Amino acid sequence: MDIVITGLVLGGTYALIAMGLNLQYGVARIMNLANGEILVAGAFAAFWFWTAAQLSPLLTIFLVAPVAYVVNWLIYVIILRPLVRRAKSRGQLEVDAILTTFGLGFVAVGLMLAVMGGDYFSYSYLSVPVMLFGEPYGLNRIVAFLAAVVICGALYLWLNRSRAGLAIRAIATAPASARLVGIDVPRLSARAFALGGAVTAVGGALISTFLTLDASTGVIFTLKALVIVIMGGVGDVRGTIVAALLLGLLETFVAVLIDPGLTLAAAYLLFVLILLFRPQGLFGRRTT
Amino acid sequence: MTTAATVLSLRGATRRFGGLTAVDEIDFDVAEHEVMGLIGPNGSGKSTTLNLISGALAPSGGDIVLRGQSIGGLPAQAIARLGVARTFQLVRLLPSMTVLENVKAGAVFGHRRRWGWDADAHAMRMLERVGMARAARSRVGQLTYIDTKRVELARVLASDPRVLLLDEWLAGLNPTELQEGIALIRSLRDEGRTIILVEHVMDAIRSLCDRCVVMASGRKIAEGTPDAVLSDREVIRAYLGDDDA
Amino acid sequence: MTATEWRDLGLALVVLVVAAGLPFFGTPYYLTLGVTIAMYAVLATSWALFSGPTHYISLATAAFFGLGTYVTAVGIDHLPYWLLLPIAGVIGAVVAGLVGLATLRLSGVYFVIFTLGLAEFIRQVITWAQNLMGTRGLYVLTDLGEREIYWQLLGLAALVFLGGWLIGRSRLGFALRIIGDDEEVARHSGIDTARAKVMLFMVPGAVASITGAIIAPRYVYIEPALAFAPILSFTVVIMALLGGTGRLWGPLVGVIPFTFLTEWVARWFPNQSTLVMGLAFLVIVFLLPKGFVGLIDGARARARGAFA
Repeated sequence: MDIVITGLVLGGTYALIAMGLNLQYGVARIMNLANGEILVAGAFAAFWFWTAAQLSPLLTIFLVAPVAYVVNWLIYVIILRPLVRRAKSRGQLEVDAILTTFGLGFVAVGLMLAVMGGDYFSYSYLSVPVMLFGEPYGLNRIVAFLAAVVICGALYLWLNRSRAGLAIRAIATAPASARLVGIDVPRLSARAFALGGAVTAVGGALISTFLTLDASTGVIFTLKALVIVIMGGVGDVRGTIVAALLLGLLETFVAVLIDPGLTLAAAYLLFVLILLFRPQGLFGRRTT
Repeated sequence: MTTAATVLSLRGATRRFGGLTAVDEIDFDVAEHEVMGLIGPNGSGKSTTLNLISGALAPSGGDIVLRGQSIGGLPAQAIARLGVARTFQLVRLLPSMTVLENVKAGAVFGHRRRWGWDADAHAMRMLERVGMARAARSRVGQLTYIDTKRVELARVLASDPRVLLLDEWLAGLNPTELQEGIALIRSLRDEGRTIILVEHVMDAIRSLCDRCVVMASGRKIAEGTPDAVLSDREVIRAYLGDDDA
Repeated sequence: MTATEWRDLGLALVVLVVAAGLPFFGTPYYLTLGVTIAMYAVLATSWALFSGPTHYISLATAAFFGLGTYVTAVGIDHLPYWLLLPIAGVIGAVVAGLVGLATLRLSGVYFVIFTLGLAEFIRQVITWAQNLMGTRGLYVLTDLGEREIYWQLLGLAALVFLGGWLIGRSRLGFALRIIGDDEEVARHSGIDTARAKVMLFMVPGAVASITGAIIAPRYVYIEPALAFAPILSFTVVIMALLGGTGRLWGPLVGVIPFTFLTEWVARWFPNQSTLVMGLAFLVIVFLLPKGFVGLIDGARARARGAFA
């Protein structure tokens, strides 16, 4: 039982990160392989504000989100949009985006190493046990999970109820047709990319309350987020949440029952199975 | 014509995209040495039918038979090797290669497979056939529009196909080019090639086709000689709408 | 063979002979540098054989390389050394074939993730298996020195170049050029695109694995974090693209300057190597999309235009 709850709680925070990546890939059509570095940067900000000013991570996210939004918007407009413009085909854009975002990720790691060195950073925030169903859990995990649920819920409502959300979903489904009905695709793509980055950075700030990170752990989170997005289906919010919870459960099971060193291997195996048997995602329909 | 052997048959060929049925239980036969026109208004399912035959799409139902062998749902490369070759609605050449190499692609991997000197010589013959031998060493980026179409045709011919699929090969040509284009296809017809052509240019259909199949909304609505089908009431209604019929 | 081909072959032989003489006239430092360059030349050239025409970015180099080092580490006490290299090659080719079958029908993004994860996956599994056996790594004790390793790598490089040249002249090579230009046309011309890509992907798989098997004695003590270091995969991608994948010798043009650059950075700015790698990626995308080869070809074309 405690494995299930720990797994679901972990999965909830994963959902937030993957949601960020999914916004970037599903709408802006950029597979952002520097996603994990944005997460680590968010985590680093939370760590820094906590150690320097005892500022709660729950408050820090209100600072992290707008900063990450602006930074990601600038990255998209200055660096990625020229690639979108010059690409002659989807395949070429894909290769360029892969190389560029890897490059940005490495630059980010390099900068963070320069600022904070190669040490792990962790801090103690709300690390008191709370009892759920007679078992103790870290309060920080529960709080992070609840925050993730609130943010995911808000995003879901926004995407499904608001006019801007409708436009963004239209771009994700059919970018060419979206342009025809008067949606400003380039502008909204930039905003979706920025929003995705902000969501991921917030996820990083929340995760830092209970996980130990260092400057170069970003790529592991990129891999996990990618696995979730592909499993859940590109542009599918519901699928992303289910896939994230599944991954959280799987990792917790493997860590508890076999070996904590095998969590990424398990995620990878899941990815391979999805790729072989349901490449269109858990709920996706096969398209041509 | 009716006595000649059937090369290709469609039997109830169907293709659905989600809820839309783009090709709805189409039947027709193509005989050896026959030139068949596949016509109909925009969106009637002609190109999709061609994609089913060439293997670009798999049929959702029914079957396609090439010389007694079922090819419905085979991958495109298998169908190409069995002798079905096509041009594309928007010309597709290989941009990094010379004109001769483009044509060689058909000669090396298609229905009849050649290699080395044989492939080069064969590709050169095909370029002569379409009147492009002078440009053999050119890059494809330097060609005029009709010349790109000729090169694509030469690539398709180079595989010695049993059935040739031309997808709006004459579209977008100016009046002079159109005459050249029609003459080129007529010369293929005179060689005894078996051709299915999807076309909008009515002059070409009248002068080139032995028989036509007319499609509307995914269904076959008429079949017969060009003159017969083009005066058919239902065909006119499909093209022009009810008021004019 | 044409006159230019004879000339190129002669030139390649001269380069090979000169390079083989390095241990006799260079200092130990140059020999170490020579091993690094030879290793990356082998890895980047074989990487480009596949990724050049197909445009798939493979990050599996570290996975194959690590497998190769483990073949040597596990096998050295039981089998003669010369037998380990072909075994490593076969294992690398088989793993590459399986990866190819699983992913090469899908889009390029999936392939990148799959190959990036592969090295991590194998690393975690081997670490776990070693923990179960109560060990952290394996000793590789041989009497092979830097010099022998260098000559083996040079020999492998010669084989890779010869193989690449032969593939370029074969139907497979022609098929891959067509696939690189337009996969739809390739399929409709009768090319089994999936099979061609899988077959070609087995080449860098086998080569990287053999490279790992050759390098293993240099490490003396093999542990997963060393053998499967992901940075190797990224370095190979950068070097190959920096040189240019349009020509067989292209990656070599990237390997040599980038090796010197990383040496220099490691010496003067030891904490900035990651930053430099990142900048190299951006330089490739924005300034050198066709690598140094593209620059050279462009300059040649301009020179020809000026004289014509």
